[in-house]
Formats: sequence, structure tokens, C-alpha cells
Amino acid sequence: MSAPEISRRALLKTSTLGLAGAALALGGVGRAFAAKDLTVGVVYVGARDDFGWNQAHAVAIKALKAVPGVKVVEEENVPETDAVSKSMESMINLDGAGLILATSFGYYTPFVVDLAKKYPDVEFRHAAPLWNKDKDPKNAGSYFGYLNQAHYVDGVAAGLSTKSNKLGFVAAKPIASVLSNINSFLLGARSVNPNATVQVIFTGDWSLPVREAEAANALVDAGCDVVTCHVDGPKVVIETAEKRGAKTCGHNASQAPLAPKGFITGAEYKWETIYKGYAADIAAGKLPPNFIAGGYEADFVRNTPFGAGATPEGQKAALAAIEGLKARKPIYVGPLKDNKGKVVIDKTYDNLDPFLDKMDYLLEGVVGSTT
Amino acid sequence: MSDAPAVTSPAPVLQPAGAEATRSDWVERLRASSEYVAIPVFAVAVASALFALFLLAVGKSPADFIAYVWRGGFGTAFSFQNTLQRSAPLILTALAVAIPARIGLIMIGGEGALVLGGFAAAALAIPMIGVAPPMLTLILMAIFAMLVGGFWVGLSGFLRYARGVNETISSLLLTYIGIAIMNFFVEGALRDLSNPNKPSTKPLGDAYMVGKIPGTDVHWGFAAGVFLCVLLYLLLERTTFGFAARVTGGNYRAALAQGLPVGKLIVTCSAIAGACAGLAGFFEVAAIQGRANASLAAGYGFTGILVAFLARHNPLVIPPVAILFGGIVASGGLIQRRMDLPDATVLVLQGLIFVVLLTSETLYGRFAFFRPRARRDRT
Repeated sequence: MSAPEISRRALLKTSTLGLAGAALALGGVGRAFAAKDLTVGVVYVGARDDFGWNQAHAVAIKALKAVPGVKVVEEENVPETDAVSKSMESMINLDGAGLILATSFGYYTPFVVDLAKKYPDVEFRHAAPLWNKDKDPKNAGSYFGYLNQAHYVDGVAAGLSTKSNKLGFVAAKPIASVLSNINSFLLGARSVNPNATVQVIFTGDWSLPVREAEAANALVDAGCDVVTCHVDGPKVVIETAEKRGAKTCGHNASQAPLAPKGFITGAEYKWETIYKGYAADIAAGKLPPNFIAGGYEADFVRNTPFGAGATPEGQKAALAAIEGLKARKPIYVGPLKDNKGKVVIDKTYDNLDPFLDKMDYLLEGVVGSTT
Repeated sequence: MSDAPAVTSPAPVLQPAGAEATRSDWVERLRASSEYVAIPVFAVAVASALFALFLLAVGKSPADFIAYVWRGGFGTAFSFQNTLQRSAPLILTALAVAIPARIGLIMIGGEGALVLGGFAAAALAIPMIGVAPPMLTLILMAIFAMLVGGFWVGLSGFLRYARGVNETISSLLLTYIGIAIMNFFVEGALRDLSNPNKPSTKPLGDAYMVGKIPGTDVHWGFAAGVFLCVLLYLLLERTTFGFAARVTGGNYRAALAQGLPVGKLIVTCSAIAGACAGLAGFFEVAAIQGRANASLAAGYGFTGILVAFLARHNPLVIPPVAILFGGIVASGGLIQRRMDLPDATVLVLQGLIFVVLLTSETLYGRFAFFRPRARRDRT
């Protein structure tokens, strides 16, 4: 008799805090997801001030810090090994975290998935479109921005800001998300300048500053007058190209301060849209959604304000391209061939079509090879 | 040579007889060996004091720091298991440095042997999954990882002996080659195409994973590391092989003149070292990652160098030192989160400990207190 009374009283107590709705709605899912004393744990794979991926997250996480009653704990430079699993567990056990945001790709399998099974009362959200609603735990989830849309806009602006029609791209690894950015950059440039080509150099890893500088120099030597990149920290590429007098397009976060002369625009995530959404859900006592992904149409990506390198025509065309993307105008208009002559995209695909997530080719017009 | 231990014990004739003698002998020995505890403890204390100054300089409280190191690394059941788990690969990679050091080689190729060993284990497992029973598969994976790791570091040892190539440089360079070989296969022939964004081999699957030590959250790699430390300590200190290896480490030319099989000793010690690191790679794949990918090269091999030097290349001292390191790293996260300090803070502490400990090496033998009374009387 007494036991249920206690729990009912506890529930009553919760409801006086205005959270009963949440507790009831969640029922079997897990513990009440309450803004009151919710601790959010955030793990980053690199430094929070890397001018790139991690900085983009860290800047946006401030949206969560602003929610009353929410405490944010952050840990940087956590490698994609057992270390991340232990860091997240430490946040749960020692800080009492109820929501974990894992911001690096390699955190998901096996670490986030295993921990979500181990701690069913804690919510996990991971920054890559990997959550599978049939296989993965219900307290895990994904959020992601389609940055290739912003690279497409970069391409449009670059295509009208180049004189040599040769654009350079320093890329880390030939994996789908990188290839999609390269191909979108090319298609953006070609949409306004059919003579444009993109030359790509793969450095082989996410953070190899020396090789990134070599690659940027090599591209300028090969005649590229616009250089962009997809590496963890774009600082080296942007600064090297700027020194060589080439124009630049950024990646991940704003690199405009690094290139006062040649900066055109850059592809940026707009994680704050997602984090603010999470914050609103939490404040309302709701669970954040299991899966959200999108590009311009969802306001999840943006372009850096134009720099001195962007021509007026380029700016105008880029702004028009952004309007198009917001209206879901497709980037990949088929049929398209890869740079070996094989038709790889048979028809026109929607910008968010999962078919495009499996990309393993470079389109015709890109100079370079994935192997 | 088979009576090696007898040589090291003090000449019994000079000592008083009876129970009194055994007691004072025991006290003397304790007094002498306490030097090896007192000096490192003193060094860690000095490093902590320096670090406290650093913290005060950036306006943070050293007392908070110590409290968080305790809470994050040792103070709760979760924290301590976190520490043990983090120390597991370090124990094995430290052995990979300590064993060659006893034969006079500075071998720093543990990272390469770890990566290749882990990769080899994963590659071997791919055709066996679903065909062979998990136990057999795991045993074969472990053996194969040790063979491949042993071969990789053994190669450096062989080059040292046969061609006079500096083993420090060759083992370091072989590390880069090892990582490149793994990347080549993981991004090419052995890549799991269902995972388009992180090049990896096919996953092992839950049935083919090494479990945790019962009742804990720590995987078996920790137990294997401690077991190997004891085994290799006995090998080095209590066998003719170990004695011959230490003689070679002490004086290479003398060992040659004695007719010791120097080449064989060097290659064997290097191969044992590589096998330890290879085993660490096996556990990274089979207990943690479940597949081989670039995350194997997480720097455990390099941290192992630090641990081995701090343990003065004594296998029995490696586990406590590795646990201390594991604890500092484990608490690093809590310190970042609670004190709002950058991740590099923990590196500053590690660097200070390392430098002060190395400097403290010059203190050995300088304090009369630690010297046996008999010898003090004689000199």
C-alpha cells in the first residue's frame, strides 16, 4: 500500500514543477525529460576552437546553455575509441547527464549504440545520419545537416569569381560525405559557368596540416585561382591559399577572418537550429526527435557572408541559388556521368534522397581519383 | 649461469647468524628497495607542486583539481573501472618498450605493432565469422595478432643486429608503414561497403567479441596485461634467458665475448615486445571497436613509451604506473567539464610528471639512508 503512494507522491511533486505532462507522456520510454536540472553532456573529437567542425558545434551549443535549468558539460579532444564511451559514461555517472550529444562520426558504432542499450534512461543524439529506426535503441538518435547544399552555393559564387575556370578542392578522405561536397561544388560552379572544372587532392586523413598546405600550394601551382576544402580544420588551407593570392571558399565554420583579401563565401552548418529545437523540446518536457536531417530547406546549413573575393555577379547568383535550395530545387539533375564516363546518376534526385548518401564517385568535370 | 640468483644475494659469511640476522637482512633489503618507491613518489609530489603553481597562475584551485582527479579516476566504482579499462592497452604497449629496453634497445614501435596486430586479427576473423566457433576464432585472432606484431617489431630488432640500423628510428618508421598498410586495406580490398563514411573492415558481431571480466566493466585485456607483466618479469629475472638478455643489455661486447647468442636474444626480445603490442591491438578490435579502422592508431603505443620509462622498464611496476596514467586520463574529462580547463591541461600535468621523474633518475644512490648498512660501513 505504501509503496505506490510514495511513487504517486513523487509524481505529484514532479507535476507541481509543471512537468507531469512529460512524465505521463513518456510512460514506458524512460525517465521524465525535464528541463529542471537536466544536464546535457557534449563530446567533441577535436578542439572547440579549431575553426572547423568542432567550433561549429561549440558555438551553437550556447543555444542550449541559455535554456533555464539546463546545465551543459563539455569535453573536447575525445578520440573515437573506448575513450568516448568512458567519457559519456562519466558524464552520466558523475555529472548526472540526461542527454548526450556525440558530435563526431566515429562515435556512433559501437559506442553510442552500446551505451544507449546500457543506459535506457539517458537520451543520446549523434551528429550524422546513422540512426536506424528498426535496429537501433529508441533512446538514441541522429541529427545532421546536408552541407553539400552550402558547398553548391560556394560553387555558384566561385564559378563566377574565377578567372582561370579552375577550382581546387583539398579533401580528407574519399568517403560519401566528402565526395558529395566536391560534386555539389562542381555542379554549383557548372550551373553558372559550364567551363569550370574542379581539381581535387585527397590528403588521406582528417587532420594533416603539412599535407593540406602542400595540397593547397599544388592546386595554386596547377592554375587554380579558387581553393576550398573538406578537412577537419580548414585554417591551413585557407591561409595558404590566401598567401598565394588565390581566392577561397570556407568549410564547417566561418573562416572569413583568415582571408581578408580572397574570401568568397563558405559552407557552414547551422547547428543552432537543431540545438535550439532540442532546447525548446526539453523546455516543453518533450523528448528531442530521434532523427532530423536537412539542408537549406530546414535551415540546417548556411553560407558565410560574402568576402572581398566574391564578385557582384557571383553574389547575386549565389543568393538566387540559396532561394532555389530553400524551395528544394534539386542539385543532382540526372542523368550524370562520373569522370570515367559511366552514368552514375540515372535520374534527377531530391537533395535529401538516401541514394545520394551512398556516393562513391567523382562527377565529370572533377579532375582527380577516389583511389 | 643457472645459479644466477645466488650471485645477487649478499655474501652470507659477513652477516650475523640466527633469526636476528634474517630480520636485519630483511630490513636492509627493504630499506634499499624503498629508494625505488621513495624517489618516484617524491618526483610525483614535486611535479604536482609545479602543476599546482601552474593552476594558480591560470586562476584555478589546485585543491579542486586533486578532488576531481580523485573523483574522476579513483573515487567511485565507476571511476576506478574507467581507469582500469583505460590502463589496459597501456600495460601491454609499455611492455613493448620495457622488454627491449632490458636488452639495451630503445624500441618505440609499439603503435605500429598494435595497429597491424589489431588489423591482422580483424582480417583473419572475416572469413571465420559464422563458420568457426567464437572461442576458437578469438584464440586464433589473438595468436595471429601476436605473431604479426612480433614480426613487425622483431624486424626492427633484426635490422639492429644484422645491419646495425638504429632500432629507435626503424621502429618508429615501421609504425608509419604499419598504419599505412592498415589504411590501404581498410580503405580498399577489405572495406565494408555498407559503411560508406568510416572506412572499416566488416564488423565481428556481438558473438565474436571478448567480454568483460565478470562483475566488472573492464575487458579481459587488463587481466591479460597484468598476467603478462608477471610472466615477463619472471622470464627476465628468474631464467637464464632473462639473465643473458640483461647481460647483453648491460654490455653488448662482453656478451658477445661470453659467447651469448646475442642476435637471437635481440630478435626474441623485440618479437616478445611486438607480440605484447599486437595483443593490445587484438583487444582493441575484439573487445572494443569490433572492427579494424583508423581509430586503432589512437596513440596507445606512444603513451606506452612514457609508462615504460616511468616504470624504469620493470614489468612489475608497469601496471601501477599504467593505472596512474589511466586515472589521470580518466579524470581529465571531469576536470575539463567541471573546471572549464582545456584538454591540454592534463597533457601539461603528464609532461611535468615525465620530466621530473626523468630528472629524478640522477638522485639514485645519493642518499646514504637507502644504502645497506654493511656496504656503508665498508666504504
